[in-house]
Amino acid sequence: MSKPIETVAVCGAGGTMGAGIAIVCARAGFRTICHDVADESLDRALRQTGNFFAKSVERGKMQAADKNAVMGRLSRTTALADLADADLVIEAVFEDLGVKRALFGRLDKVCPAHTMFASNTSTLSITEIAAGSGREDRVVGLHFCLPAQLMRLIEVSPGINTSDATLRTAWAWCEKAGQLPVRTQDKPGFILNALLIPFLNDCIRAVEAGVAAPADIDTAIKGGLGYRMGPLELIDLIGLDTQVRLCEAFYPITLDPRAAAPPLLRRMVAAGLLGRKSGRGFFTYDAGKMFGA
Amino acid sequence: MRYSISQRGESSSFPPGDAFLAGASAGGEVAIHLGTPIKIDATKAAILVELGTECLGVHTGEKAGEEGSNVLGFARYRNGRDAPSQLIELVRQPHTRPEAIAAAKVVFEAAGLVVVVCSDQAGRIIDRLVRPKYNAALRFLDEGLATAKDMDLTCRLGLGYPDGPIERVERGGLAYHHDVTAALFAVTGAAAYAPARRAVVARQRDGKE
Ligand SMILES: NC(=O)c1ccc[n+]([C@@H]2O[C@H](COP(=O)([O-])OP(=O)(O)OC[C@H]3O[C@@H](n4cnc5c(N)ncnc54)[C@H](O)[C@@H]3O)[C@@H](O)[C@H]2O)c1
Repeated sequence: MSKPIETVAVCGAGGTMGAGIAIVCARAGFRTICHDVADESLDRALRQTGNFFAKSVERGKMQAADKNAVMGRLSRTTALADLADADLVIEAVFEDLGVKRALFGRLDKVCPAHTMFASNTSTLSITEIAAGSGREDRVVGLHFCLPAQLMRLIEVSPGINTSDATLRTAWAWCEKAGQLPVRTQDKPGFILNALLIPFLNDCIRAVEAGVAAPADIDTAIKGGLGYRMGPLELIDLIGLDTQVRLCEAFYPITLDPRAAAPPLLRRMVAAGLLGRKSGRGFFTYDAGKMFGA
Repeated sequence: MRYSISQRGESSSFPPGDAFLAGASAGGEVAIHLGTPIKIDATKAAILVELGTECLGVHTGEKAGEEGSNVLGFARYRNGRDAPSQLIELVRQPHTRPEAIAAAKVVFEAAGLVVVVCSDQAGRIIDRLVRPKYNAALRFLDEGLATAKDMDLTCRLGLGYPDGPIERVERGGLAYHHDVTAALFAVTGAAAYAPARRAVVARQRDGKE
């Protein structure tokens, strides 16, 4: 892996995380190929990216010329063959082992030998994603935080077969991209989600157990611990359906009872209370205003 | 609303010199007990008893879910050795009088404290919810998931917390964490509350420093 990383491809760049990761790459000076299977998702994502940088210029955080240069570094495609020039591919496609493995398998045939593959998975194993990719030693976990364009932290996780050289290159790339890497083992949820998902479930269970009202739980956690956002407000933001999916990814692997989806969470999802996006979760929302707090 | 304080020993909620202690006056409508046994008095707007890890029921007795009076429990949240926060966890029983809750809120809020109400369950709100997280972080440290520094950094940068779980539990005291989780474990029997190895070690080393 002697060739320096100049071109980065982001798979799933039409999605929430992929779009943010592409911003990070282009802003740091890398030629960035935005890839997605859905053309219209790329349209939307690149429009939002344009708006994001326009705001940065408006707020004086960026020169107009720099904005044009950054936008000029971004290209788009739905054809995997266009990723042949990438030195690093970061995938942020659906959280599905089969989808991610199939993608890396196909990419192995498209990309040159030096290309490093990174996965932004939240709950899957890097080793399992890498297995069968044909380049297990050049696959690494790079877990960005939401929203990627604003959050500097990246959890860097080597799989069992990841080489030291890959890990070193990935680490150096994170720093060059202006991000802050932390090293974790390839274990479910790495650090962030391993601590967060069970904690959020505990908060739901506390509501279910009648310990306190959601607003009181959030006030307690914010006032007692100084967290910026209450845990139940955070679940509303993440989406209750997403929290169920995270639990379903987590619990079968860890068998940690705290990781299992609480019955109340499932009932609320069945009742259509998905959080902010449906207007009601643990709190009620109206045009961005929050009630019940 | 005026409040009286009867105190024995040091209060964890209101350490010596706390302005709240100075604001008390004899014969207040609200009676506050800091380490003293409660005196039943139905004429009081509220009787407030400071709790440690025990439940309010220990002070009032319980009656198959019918318990509740003008007696409430409370604790000002404090992470062990850290200074007390501004948050009061007010503990009620199923039939606690709403006027008593209202009176307690008035007294604490007048002192600039933030009040949340919870039922009489082990760990109240905060310890019930955060102690399993500290246990998990301490276990992750033993298992080599990441360094303490990286776990703390991840929580600060990735989740916007003011501090990470390891720095926080160490600052508050690992032996203290042991005692809080042991009390929770005794009530719940849930593995998540079983004191983490590092907390057990800290408790066993007590006095050896
Ligand atoms: N949302 C979060 O908070 C968050 C945070 C960190 C990591 N992650 C991880 O990031 C990944 C993406 O999550 P998201 O929330 O951005 O999802 P998303 O649904 O918003 O985006 C996924 C995108 O991938 C595209 N896609 C699906 N299959 C593809 C394929 N084979 N090739 C190319 N593109 C494909 C979809 O069209 C979509 O645009 C997941 O692995 C998730 O676990 C999510």
